Amino acid sequence: MILTKAQYDEIAQCLVSVPPTRQSLRKLKQRFPSQSQATLLSIFSQEYQKHIKRTHAKHHTSEAIESYYQRYLDGVGKNGAAPVLLELANEVDYAPSLMARIILERFLQEHKETPPSKSVINSLLRDPSQIPDGVLANQVYQCIVNDCCYGPLVDCIKHAIGHEHEILLRDLLLEKNLSFLDEDQLRAKGYDKTPDFILQVPIAVEGHIIHWIESKASFGDECSHHAYLHDQFWSYWNRFGPGLVIYWYGFIQELDCNRERGILLKACFPTDIVTLCHGAAAP
Amino acid sequence: MAAVLESLLREEVSVAAAVRWIARSAQSSEEDAGEAAALRSLQPLRKEFVPFLLNFLREQSSRVVPQGPPTPAKAPGSSAALPGRPGGPPRGGRGARSQLFPPTEPLSAAAEAPSARRGGRRRGAGPARERGGRGPGSLEEGVGAESLLWAGSRRPRAAGSPGSPSRARCDPPNLSNLEEFPPVGSVPPGGAGTRPSRRINPTPVSEERSLSKPKTCFTSPPISCVPGAQPSVLDSSPWGQGPAAGCRSLQEEREMLRKERSKQLQQSPAPACPTPEPGSTLPTRTGSLTAEPADPAKVSSRQRLELVALVYSACIAENLVPNLFLELFFVLQLLTARRMVAAKDSDLEPSPGVLDSLESPLFQSVHDCVFFAVQVLEHQFQVLSYLDKGTLKLLAENERLLCFSPALQGRLRAAYEGSVAKVSLAMPPSVQAVSFQPETDNRANFSSDRAFHTFKKQRDVFYEVLREWEDRHEEPGWDFEKGLGSRIRAMMGQLSAACSHSHFVRLFQKQLLQMCQSPGGAGGTILGEAPDVLNMLGADKLGRLRRLQERLAAPQSSCGPCPPPSFPGCQGFFRDFILSASSFQFNQHLMDSLSLKIRELNSLVLPHPEPSDEDGESDVDWQGERRQFAVVLLSLRLLAKFLGFVAFLPYRGPEPPPTRELQDSILALRSQVPPVLDVRALLQQGLRAHRAVLTVPWLVEFLSLADHIVPMLDYYRSIFTLLLHLHRFPQSLKTCSLWKRVRWMSLRWIQKLQNMVWMACLWWTSTCSTLAVLILAQLAQAFFHNQPPSLRRTVEFVAERIGSNCVKHIKATLVADLVRQAESLLQEQLVTQRQEGGDPGQLLEILCSQLCPHGAQALTQGREFCQKKSPGAVQALLPEETPAAVLSSAENIAVGLATEKACTWLSANITALIRREVKAAVSRMLRAQGPEPAVREDRRGCSRACEHHAPLPSHLISEIKDVLSVAVGPRDPEEGVSPEHLEQLVGQLGQTLRCRQVKTWQHALLVCPCMWLITRATLAQGCYSKDGANIQGLLAFSPQFLCPPAEQHLAKCSVELASLLVADQIPVLGPPTQHRLERGQARRLLHMLLSLWKDDFQVPVPLQLLLRPRNVGLLADTRPREWDLLLFLLRELVEKGLMGQKEIEACLDSLHEAQWPEDFAEELATLFNLFLAEPQVPEPQLRACELVQPNRGTVLAQS
Repeated sequence: MILTKAQYDEIAQCLVSVPPTRQSLRKLKQRFPSQSQATLLSIFSQEYQKHIKRTHAKHHTSEAIESYYQRYLDGVGKNGAAPVLLELANEVDYAPSLMARIILERFLQEHKETPPSKSVINSLLRDPSQIPDGVLANQVYQCIVNDCCYGPLVDCIKHAIGHEHEILLRDLLLEKNLSFLDEDQLRAKGYDKTPDFILQVPIAVEGHIIHWIESKASFGDECSHHAYLHDQFWSYWNRFGPGLVIYWYGFIQELDCNRERGILLKACFPTDIVTLCHGAAAP
Repeated sequence: MAAVLESLLREEVSVAAAVRWIARSAQSSEEDAGEAAALRSLQPLRKEFVPFLLNFLREQSSRVVPQGPPTPAKAPGSSAALPGRPGGPPRGGRGARSQLFPPTEPLSAAAEAPSARRGGRRRGAGPARERGGRGPGSLEEGVGAESLLWAGSRRPRAAGSPGSPSRARCDPPNLSNLEEFPPVGSVPPGGAGTRPSRRINPTPVSEERSLSKPKTCFTSPPISCVPGAQPSVLDSSPWGQGPAAGCRSLQEEREMLRKERSKQLQQSPAPACPTPEPGSTLPTRTGSLTAEPADPAKVSSRQRLELVALVYSACIAENLVPNLFLELFFVLQLLTARRMVAAKDSDLEPSPGVLDSLESPLFQSVHDCVFFAVQVLEHQFQVLSYLDKGTLKLLAENERLLCFSPALQGRLRAAYEGSVAKVSLAMPPSVQAVSFQPETDNRANFSSDRAFHTFKKQRDVFYEVLREWEDRHEEPGWDFEKGLGSRIRAMMGQLSAACSHSHFVRLFQKQLLQMCQSPGGAGGTILGEAPDVLNMLGADKLGRLRRLQERLAAPQSSCGPCPPPSFPGCQGFFRDFILSASSFQFNQHLMDSLSLKIRELNSLVLPHPEPSDEDGESDVDWQGERRQFAVVLLSLRLLAKFLGFVAFLPYRGPEPPPTRELQDSILALRSQVPPVLDVRALLQQGLRAHRAVLTVPWLVEFLSLADHIVPMLDYYRSIFTLLLHLHRFPQSLKTCSLWKRVRWMSLRWIQKLQNMVWMACLWWTSTCSTLAVLILAQLAQAFFHNQPPSLRRTVEFVAERIGSNCVKHIKATLVADLVRQAESLLQEQLVTQRQEGGDPGQLLEILCSQLCPHGAQALTQGREFCQKKSPGAVQALLPEETPAAVLSSAENIAVGLATEKACTWLSANITALIRREVKAAVSRMLRAQGPEPAVREDRRGCSRACEHHAPLPSHLISEIKDVLSVAVGPRDPEEGVSPEHLEQLVGQLGQTLRCRQVKTWQHALLVCPCMWLITRATLAQGCYSKDGANIQGLLAFSPQFLCPPAEQHLAKCSVELASLLVADQIPVLGPPTQHRLERGQARRLLHMLLSLWKDDFQVPVPLQLLLRPRNVGLLADTRPREWDLLLFLLRELVEKGLMGQKEIEACLDSLHEAQWPEDFAEELATLFNLFLAEPQVPEPQLRACELVQPNRGTVLAQS
């Protein structure tokens, strides 16, 4: 799903100040029926993350934390079964999972002598049933299952999607008889930067030489693409030469501007492949 | 001076005698007494003859309208003023030539009589026109302006051009001085501005550099663009089109060529030769632009031209001219002259008292020019034959040349056909990065993790800077230092460790070589590798060919035959990087690295001499060697240039020292500083080994970057003297042709071999007789001595590669096996250690002490490997026809050398290697173990019936998450889950868990050899199941959509789902009355989940979650509470062996600790008792439970 910058902007415009819940997502799908759900979710998630990055700091001042914690206590004091934490997060325009983390951390500070370590917090978020306070455990769990953009479950889904697309790409490479070194093999050899696959024999895609392929199970928007360029793609180019990035959920068309320079973008596995030995690869 | 020439023309003195006289200070005995007498009287003038001759020729040709840029600089000093003709040749200040040599008379003398000495005949013109602006009045005219302009454009980078007025009379010409040797194409802007120039620019093409490239082996890389050179050229644009040459697109250029071609076709329908028709040149608008036909029959004073050509050629042959290419260029201009400007009558009038021989102009017509040029070219054929293929072709196809000397044309054609020296097309320079090589670049090559990661970042910053430079350096107003300086310095600041510096320098140097190796800056397109220019254009494109011909015959305005040192194209980036980095450490490491690489390349085995011409066929090996030689030569020149740049950088300044005293003190200081690279020793070695053809070119590049003081230092002065000597007396190289100068030291390798055998001998001395070994060495020496050199190279190559491969093989087999052993030992140790609490560091020591002794096998295995592999490789690489005995000897030597190489490395490094690999494996395993318990061992693959269409794990997690969120709420009134959807979801979960994607493992084996090793290892351990496909252990490596983290989350979600089912918390979609799941449906779903937990999950399922207060607490909210499903679930868990009775009891027990409402706590206690009370076999009791449920409020109330 390759979108023009204008199309992308139109979608992004609809996502301003929308809470990351399944209801919001449903509305978005209704608004843009022609776009694939995965693409919409990916765009939503990325836009929301940008929003959180921008506003993160203001939710972490000690005043804000105290105020949230107090509101939480008041809320559950009145009715422990009500979605207090989730509603608080939505009200202050912050991710429910992240709000759960703030409150949990604050709660543990109050109930333990030593401040809780990050790993303890993470482990409690992964398994809220271990949270000593039953009400808080329920509130946290509710935040986590209702958050579409943050939290251990969402992280796991994202990780799984990434992994699955790597496997998919691997299968496609095997199917085309293209031999490669995968990330694990590269790491074992001590490469300092490891794309998903380095082709042992380069191929040409749409007339461009390809030495490596990176799979990205997300939508390539400006922000993420520039970050990837800086942290990954150019680094790959610096070591292995030109390569191909597959944004499985599409990308903004205008970003595919480094083809001549050696970074080619695609939204699917390429069909126009020329190999060194056999000419055009069998379809 | 003219007297000498006149003596020659009058045939009083033979040309040979004259040249001997010029070339040698002492008269040789072979000279005829009369000649000697004639010349002796002229002895004081000897040194001035060559400048005189060159200037004479330049002046004589001043009326020639050339095809290309103006003729080369004039030699200063001995102006060709003729005796009794103080005004000199007929020039009206319209020349664009500056002088070739600096004035040879003291300035005072020059000031006294400027016009008489060198001015030529001028009519009211300013003085000293031809001296490149040295005289006070030179600014009035173009030449002066030109030289100033040049000085301005050059000085900032110039490594000190000592063109100072104090230059001694007999100083050698300074070839790097642009005032004396301007790039040929440079046209004085002032000159063009003051009067219409007669000079014609052949093709004002901005992209000219892409088509016409300097001859790779001979000239310095050209200046890519010389500011100030172009605009003046434009004024005389013959096309009547205005735009700046630099702005024209190739398309426009093609269009212009097309038009010009059609014009030419109209104007000269037939070739000018051999049947020129008088007056065939039509007086058209563009008539003056076409070349006049040249006719051998119309040559005037043939004999005189022949004589001058002979003297001139002899001077060239004797290396008396300052620059061979300058002269060749001049001759080609004469050859391709368009026409002669009509001389004013007065110019031609013989003046009384002047000898006839020099009175009339030497070149009276184009015919004369062409005749003279062809004569010279005939004498210079040897040099011409080394020109590149494209130029040779153009020369051979020159119609005038064919017309004036069919013989020369034939020889040129033959030379063209035999030539392999092509000029490559300059591809647009594109950056290609230095590839990452694990052998040199991985963590093992760095002192610390930090250094490794710092360098990782630096590599990226370096290329980021390079890309930005590539994008922006041509933008007007962009400045390297402003744009990139601070970023570069910040990056250099991070290079703290010396080892990081050397890594960065290696990257820098490799990138430099990669980007700048070819003259145009594009990598890879060196001699013979790019498509031929002419072939690409196509033979039918005659118009283009003609223009191309002109273009190639006349070097372009931007690059003359003697450009100053410069950093064109990509080189500029590296120069500016060094300047901006301004890092002492970097420069030092760079100099070390460059010196090392220069030494390494300089010791390259040179190609053996050209195969004898009688063979007729060119040796394939020889061509390859020549190509390699060209690559090495280019690399050396580039490296030397940068070495010179960095080495002399601290001393470089715009001006020479102002006073003698200061200069002396600097000299005293500098003479103490050892040279960065002992270039003198390398030059001397090169000369001794007859390798000057390789050494001199890079040395010249190195020295071209020297500062003002360098030429005055004894060390370098001796080098300059040596170089001058070489320039004058190339015969001292004991060779007769450029390529035949190449001699290689065939004994070098054999000496090395001898040394090796000698070492072996010392070791072996107790058992073997020294004599025998020496004889062996002599035999080996003798063996190679009489074999073709390619045999030696093959053996050496095979030994080198097999030795290296042997080490790699040992790493991949023996060491890898030991690592696997270490892993399994570690696994055992870890289990015991968990119980005993040992230290991982100790563990490593124990492992290493157990495994390292096995390294001894490496030598045996290495020997076997070399023994096995080398002979085949030698066989494959040597010609089929190699005699059996020779082959077998070569094989044996290869085996010996390879074994030696491999075993030396292995015996020194194997222990360290095993240690390192084991350590890495241990830390990998310890990391992988982590705090989480290890995943279950029994991983299985898909069933045979599986079609691998199961939903993706991510999709399932997402779906289950949605169900959980709807169940947990908050939810809209219309939200719910249909029972069918739930069943479908659990069903899909089963499919996903059962589809393990083993289908690709066979492919994987084909593609990835390490998979094969693993398979072999697992097979060897005997752990494979009967059906063959399901090899345990292998699965852990086979690609699966389902990765352990996803499976763990699925397991957790499934347990959460079960909790919600038990607590009846899932809102169901359906008829308005039905909002709860039927008990039967819930039980069916729980059954399905139980089965998945038991049979399909391959990760531990966190079933204890079911009995956590939060999950059990879900029941608290339901009214009436129904405990039957929980009881059912608990009993099933026990029955299926998923949880132990005791485990459940413990969980239930701990539930009491939580705070519950009183009634709930009571019910919970009852459940506990019930679970404890009821015996195992649960089926009938479960039914009983079920039966009592509907009638009573809660199950527990009844019990």
